[in-house]
Amino acid sequence: MESLIYNFFNVEVMIRARYLLWLGLQVTLKLAFVSLLFAVLAGLFLAVIRSLGIRFLNVLIIIYVDLFRALPTIVLFMLVYFTWPYFGISLPRYWSAVVALTINGGAYFEEIFRAGIESIDEGQTEAARALGLSFTQNMFSVILPQAIRVVLPPATSNALELIKTTVLASVIALPELMKQAQQAHGSLANPTPLIMAALIFLVLLWPLVRLTGYLERRFAK
Amino acid sequence: MTGRREAMNRIWVEIDNLHKCFGKNEVLKGINMSIRRQDVVCLLGPSGAGKSTLLRCINRLEEPTSGRVFIDGEEITAHGVDLNYMRSEIGMVFQNFNLFPHLNALENCTLALIKVRKMRKKEAEQRARDMLRQVGLENKADSKPKELSGGQQQRVAIARALSMNPKLMLFDEPTSALDPELIGEVLDTMIDLAEKGMTMIVVTHEMGFARKAATRVSVLDHGLILEDNTPDKVFDAPEHPRTKEFLSKIL
Repeated sequence: MESLIYNFFNVEVMIRARYLLWLGLQVTLKLAFVSLLFAVLAGLFLAVIRSLGIRFLNVLIIIYVDLFRALPTIVLFMLVYFTWPYFGISLPRYWSAVVALTINGGAYFEEIFRAGIESIDEGQTEAARALGLSFTQNMFSVILPQAIRVVLPPATSNALELIKTTVLASVIALPELMKQAQQAHGSLANPTPLIMAALIFLVLLWPLVRLTGYLERRFAK
Repeated sequence: MTGRREAMNRIWVEIDNLHKCFGKNEVLKGINMSIRRQDVVCLLGPSGAGKSTLLRCINRLEEPTSGRVFIDGEEITAHGVDLNYMRSEIGMVFQNFNLFPHLNALENCTLALIKVRKMRKKEAEQRARDMLRQVGLENKADSKPKELSGGQQQRVAIARALSMNPKLMLFDEPTSALDPELIGEVLDTMIDLAEKGMTMIVVTHEMGFARKAATRVSVLDHGLILEDNTPDKVFDAPEHPRTKEFLSKIL
């Protein structure tokens, strides 16, 4: 029991590691927020483009979605950070992580938004266009406000996945929460910081898990 | 009323050799029609005759394969026309109402006024209320479509189209999705509209309405107009044997 507390809930280690973890948490939050925003926008943009029904563009979008759903995210992180510099695109760690998460998350969000848009009856678009609304006006005033009900539960769930995926940025040594916890683990020779990181993620994400469940029940009807 | 209509004998809608193919299936095989202002034209014919397609070609919800359509002298089928604006001047009422379920009755009517006509919200609401009053639903302005009966929904849809002050109204089987007891209120609204002088093209199976409100009845079959005459002539003395056959089935 004593060794359990010493190894995993060591108060002295907690105090010494807290600053590193605080720094890590800030990076994680910033990374999660910015990537989520870009991924949602990218997914929405692509889904709207796809609903134009232009064959050539749709093929490109399908290739993009398939490719990045198939590619393990950790590989994507490494590709962006380690191989792009050979093509003259050299991004700092933070932006490499944002790009990787946006590319990856965007592919999933595109699928979610597309399903939402396609779930709306064709008659809605016909009525809107017959009234003179443009493609964009129809999309933003008629289709998307209705699609949001369909989209919200899976989108929240996907957002949760994306936030969890931020820990993979540790493979490119971005000092996010997990990386800092590993660092503290090494320098203090005690795994307590890993437990701290785990608890922080739990506190952060558990409400989102609940929210997803709530939205699924609420919009199931 | 006939006198007034004859006085307004200006050609309002002109359909010139309209063809529409879906793949290899030619649904419209050269339709020619001239519709005068304040005409109420009922399109009749067996299912698959191309009535709805013809109607939908008029505001280009379906793109005609060839041929031209003029509204008030302006060619809507021309390249480079401001299609959205021209559509906003053609009201359309659908079989399944197609009201916007996330908006209440009033917002259904104001949406295009604000977005397409760039009208101020207050002004648009005033106009929308007037139109809801015209269809007898002023007190339902705040109701969402799902809170309304089918007949009420279709009347809101008519008000929504009227809000745009259209030059022409297209009705695509407006009562076909309604329970029998709700058909009357929609037809009454349409008859009222016809009497106020609205130019209307109506795809319908309601012969009572055609007899009462139509100035002309056009019978379509296999993508061609078989007969185009006053309701009395078409119903009582049809020229074409196919018309007789069709009428005997539905009357």
